[in-house]
Amino acid sequence: MEKMTKPVQLLQGNAACARAAIAAGCRFYGGYPISPSSEIAETMAKLLPRVGGKFIQMEDEIASLAAVIGASLAGMKAMTATSGPGFSLMQEHIGFACYTEVPCVVVDVMRGGPSTGLPTSPSQADVMQARWGTHGDHPAIALCASSPGEVYELTVRAFNLAERLRTPVILLLDEVVAHMYEKVDLGRLAGLPVEDRRKPKGAPGKLEAYAAGEDGVPAMAPFGEGYRYHVTGLAHDSRGYPTQDPAVVETTQRRLQRKVDRCRKEIVSYELLQCEDAEVIVFAYGIVAAAARQAVRQARQRGIRAGLFRAITLWPFPGEELAAAVKQAKRIVVAEMNLGQMTGEVERAVGKKKTVKTCLKANGEAITPDEIFSALQAEDACHA
Amino acid sequence: MDRYEIRLSGEGGQGLVLAGAILAEALGIQCGKHVAYTQSYGPESRGGGCRSDLVVSDQPIDYPICSQLDLLLCLTQKACDKYWVHLKEGGLLIVDSTRVTRLPSGSFEVCSVPILRTASVKLGREVVANMVCLGVIANLSGLIPREALQKALLERIPKGTEQINQRALEAGYGLTGALTPAMAHAPLP
Repeated sequence: MEKMTKPVQLLQGNAACARAAIAAGCRFYGGYPISPSSEIAETMAKLLPRVGGKFIQMEDEIASLAAVIGASLAGMKAMTATSGPGFSLMQEHIGFACYTEVPCVVVDVMRGGPSTGLPTSPSQADVMQARWGTHGDHPAIALCASSPGEVYELTVRAFNLAERLRTPVILLLDEVVAHMYEKVDLGRLAGLPVEDRRKPKGAPGKLEAYAAGEDGVPAMAPFGEGYRYHVTGLAHDSRGYPTQDPAVVETTQRRLQRKVDRCRKEIVSYELLQCEDAEVIVFAYGIVAAAARQAVRQARQRGIRAGLFRAITLWPFPGEELAAAVKQAKRIVVAEMNLGQMTGEVERAVGKKKTVKTCLKANGEAITPDEIFSALQAEDACHA
Repeated sequence: MDRYEIRLSGEGGQGLVLAGAILAEALGIQCGKHVAYTQSYGPESRGGGCRSDLVVSDQPIDYPICSQLDLLLCLTQKACDKYWVHLKEGGLLIVDSTRVTRLPSGSFEVCSVPILRTASVKLGREVVANMVCLGVIANLSGLIPREALQKALLERIPKGTEQINQRALEAGYGLTGALTPAMAHAPLP
């Protein structure tokens, strides 16, 4: 066991992720190190053996997620972590895990892209890859943290959602949050609830592994305990065997989407700062939201009625919640470290009557509070 | 204490990321301040620009990256040329006297100290220059009690290197013992 540690520690975002994964019950890590996520692998390699877990460095990211899926099918809570280039390679198996309903957590510490890009610089350009990177219709859950303390909380939540809904959950971090150190109160975080997947109640033997109840989530039998069922990426029936029967295929497709949709309210989380009377509201996430918080305070000091909508859940997109928060606002400023990937989602959510402006940066440097402050002022300057 | 910004800058391999973590540990855990510590470096493990930013405050910190520096340490000329413009009025610039020869001037104090030479010649290990830096910073800024820094150092360095690192820290204090400027702006914890 990990030796008793001081409750308040100076923790790096990546280290907080690994610590939280262990606390959430993760006992398998399969990965391939890549900046700026490598400290997650490094910390897991150190901590997992101490709690009886397994760490394996695979030959690449494709194999990494394959190993994670295997471990999860065998009953372990499992994860991997990577960055943009590796996340691209993992897309095939993210789809496989969605369709075969294998719980797992994939952390993507976003760096500048495309391709090898900027290995050590921050970016938020994988947010759409997290939604649509793998082919076919599928539900997606992606969470995004703004600080090391929140990395801890969201890692635990990612495991809980993955286990409860039998689906891959993606945790998106940016390089700044991943490498940032702050004080984290592990004493407080130790009390976070931990959920486990539901197992079948019947005796081992042949299993209708994909027969689901009202919640759309089938119970999951670990391989090796005597339950017999089939797992395939082909369209399959309730026993897991391939089928092309349109009725069966359609039912499964709809069920996969519905099992996530019906929990939307529990999955979607966000934070509001001074939105009640705001004329202009920043939409931001990750480290950019930290810059936006400072910009909003600056703006308020200058008499500008500014607010912040910080998205914590990126997928499902918190559209209804955003629309409600900006009801009285005239303008929305979308600030993100990419060329506007979430801007379309924001526009769709808030409708045509609102003015949506952007504050974008995709050059490997973080957006500063001053840059967001300028964007907040822009319209006022036009009227002056 | 309001937001106080420290930037350690130089090149990869000089140990500035670890030095920043020790400062953050000392101020955050030992002294109970709010701290946010970030780094920026290139893909090279040696050479290439490197900086680490530490924000210290009595209040929770919104944004962790520095822009108005209270204290800037530069171990290369390139870093000094790049970052000195971000120094606040009344801020403190500490440079290595061997590697930084062109000094900027402005409404800030400048201390030129033989950090790298002390590590390589006096201590025989250039790799401990980062600990010399910490001694220099602590002594000139008056920001961190010595015991807090020593404790934090022991928490974060590899086992078996305690002696040499502690000696380097003391050498940093010693280097600037007589230099300590009247630092009216440096808030005492």
